[in-house]
Amino acid sequence: MTSKIVVTGLGATTPIGGDVASTWAALLAGESGISTLEFEWVARHQLPVTFAGQAKVPAKDTLSHKESKRLDPSSQFALVAAREAWADAGAPDVAPERIAVEFSTGIGGVWTLLDAYDSLNQGEARHISPMTVPMLMPNGPAAAIGMEISARGGIRTTVSACASSTEAIANAITRLRSGDIDVVVAGGCEAAIHPLPIAAFASMHALSRRNDDPTTASRPYDINRDGFVMGEGGAAIVLELEEHALARGAKIYAELAGGGVTSDAYHITAPDPEGSGAARAMLQAIAMAGAKPTDVMHINAHATSTAVGDIAEYNAMKKVFGDHLANIPVTGTKSATGHLLGGTGAIEAIFVILALHHKVLPPTINLFDQDPAIPLDVVTKPRPIPAGPALAISNSFGFGGHNAVVAFRSYEG
Amino acid sequence: MAHSNEEILAGLVEIINEETSLPAETIELGKSLQDDLDIDSLSMLTIMTDAEKKFGMRFDDNASSTLNTVGDVVEYIAKTQA
Repeated sequence: MTSKIVVTGLGATTPIGGDVASTWAALLAGESGISTLEFEWVARHQLPVTFAGQAKVPAKDTLSHKESKRLDPSSQFALVAAREAWADAGAPDVAPERIAVEFSTGIGGVWTLLDAYDSLNQGEARHISPMTVPMLMPNGPAAAIGMEISARGGIRTTVSACASSTEAIANAITRLRSGDIDVVVAGGCEAAIHPLPIAAFASMHALSRRNDDPTTASRPYDINRDGFVMGEGGAAIVLELEEHALARGAKIYAELAGGGVTSDAYHITAPDPEGSGAARAMLQAIAMAGAKPTDVMHINAHATSTAVGDIAEYNAMKKVFGDHLANIPVTGTKSATGHLLGGTGAIEAIFVILALHHKVLPPTINLFDQDPAIPLDVVTKPRPIPAGPALAISNSFGFGGHNAVVAFRSYEG
Repeated sequence: MAHSNEEILAGLVEIINEETSLPAETIELGKSLQDDLDIDSLSMLTIMTDAEKKFGMRFDDNASSTLNTVGDVVEYIAKTQA
């Protein structure tokens, strides 16, 4: 029988909290992490969107001067999250060669890249910071984590837009099953609340423009949803084989039971309206968990609050679960956190893990008038779940037609 | 206008302090950049880039190999500045 993979550490910094405990408490309390951007560049560039989910606690508050100076904001979030996760796991005493990192970003060091370009336009090439390349490279966050925990078993960055960090977690399964690795730190981060990405996402009509009411702008499944809300932050989980975790006396939050990764090859940004690729990813994750669709009792949906995305995901879920879908409570936690792009899958995985661990499903906020075309059982208040084994999935989809799904099972010891 | 050695040292201390967060009073002429101040090659290049901007001068491409102490950098800037 294949060994179980278990979750032994959690870390996060998000628009609703600077760590996992405060993020989870704020999520259950129905708080919104979305606010108006108070920067001069918003008016200077006449941005059509003037709000986002900014990190509740700036990464600089917990990092050293040197770390803040040498790391792009995305890597700063990654390091904050990974440090918390590693400490939470009890800082496992493992040979460096048997530690791996699977850590994603969707966009990479966009602040560093564009600041450097501004400098270049104002002066000479020789005035560009020598730190520019290591700070802007998309593997920067993963490398920073790897240095922190001395991971020498391979540090990898999967980039698949908003599916990135769910795919990173799914990739960790392969690493651990290979037998070459004992511990994986997996997750993702993003720090793209910069005028250019905001302008670019707005230009493709992907962002909500509810400038006068930011806290209710992210409203998955609502009939009046008008786009997603950008968020920033990072999240990390520590994964290991069950016997390894038990041997070192680690606490275990949940089991990572399965992962599925597929692609649509349909359109560069639009989801396949049939949801075939998304459905296959869900089915793969559930099958790897040794389960069937009717065993799934909770879904943390991708649910970005875009008109087409939410309905496409519903169609995909309908394809997988059929009539059983009506019995599955679904949560769209981007309603509270905004959309952390390459970091979103990791924070939502943590929400699933904690839901199974604490036996309570977190709510979707801002559902005022549910879209009748999406007749899901949407969780709008914290909802207790029965004791005993439970399987839940987290969906993530990204521009490029990427679909990634991970399945977690409650750990009953 | 040429900067005095005292002005160069004061400016360099500011740059090194910003890069490394070492207390200004520990950054002295005789200190080894690598051994005493723990400045690695990337930090050294950053300090040189910042110094070029501050003092309006240029380091030769292979200058860093000849700069071992804080005093070496001050002297280099003093003799190179316009």
